[in-house]
Amino acid sequence: MTALKVPILKVGEVLLVSIQADIDDRAVLELQHRVLEQIEQTNARSVLIDISLLEMVDSFTGRMLSDIASMASIMDAATVVVGIQPAVAITLVELGLELKGVSTALDVDDGLRILKGRMKDKRRKRSVDADEHAPA
Amino acid sequence: MSMRQHEGDRIEVSDNEDIVRVRAAVKEAAARMGFSKVDQVRLVTAASELARNIRLYASRGTVEVNPVRSAGRSGLRINFEDAGPGIADLELAMTDGYTTSRGMGKGLPGSRRLVDDFRIESEVGKGTLVTIIKWLR
Repeated sequence: MTALKVPILKVGEVLLVSIQADIDDRAVLELQHRVLEQIEQTNARSVLIDISLLEMVDSFTGRMLSDIASMASIMDAATVVVGIQPAVAITLVELGLELKGVSTALDVDDGLRILKGRMKDKRRKRSVDADEHAPA
Repeated sequence: MSMRQHEGDRIEVSDNEDIVRVRAAVKEAAARMGFSKVDQVRLVTAASELARNIRLYASRGTVEVNPVRSAGRSGLRINFEDAGPGIADLELAMTDGYTTSRGMGKGLPGSRRLVDDFRIESEVGKGTLVTIIKWLR
């Protein structure tokens, strides 16, 4: 079995991560590391993680998703996880995982809309702040 | 697909990729037996947690995936066996959120909620055997 490397694409200000197959724990950690690296190197403002092809999210993968979201947030990037299958959602809840701090959306379109809205809000807030601090 | 009758799988777990192998074997067996999609995911997730426990606490062990029949019902039974340090306080280990590794403490109590039968036997210094069964509805 060869170690799969999950591709990370940059589209505009968004990093797109699509996990296409079951990956082992080491690849999960490596992905987390690369996403953070890419945020820093590309100045991406948000991360969209598509897990629609994942047939299982266990406590390890669940923690990776939470960790990416909170670390990205510290780096001022928003994260949305999209495409969680219904059976996976049911199992996550029964397992006792809440995916703390993780925003979710139905699909990639939905996720992109949320992220765009968030970036717009942030820009607006920034310009308001700038106005307030501008000398009269 | 092989022509041989499926009698069960036995997977040696000694590195991270073996956990992926366990998930694939459980998924394949559960799908073949006709488990619903949700039950397939429950089984694969529980198996993933328990196989990872082998890696975390004992480093190596064995997972066996076997279809079983009892009192007219069919089910899938999975054994997770290791010769690791064992668990001193089983009750504590089954508590949500309790962990001696850097995990989330969801492995044992969480997997118990995902299956129908959950049995754990452990002896300090000897090892641990966890057996789970999910019955076909």
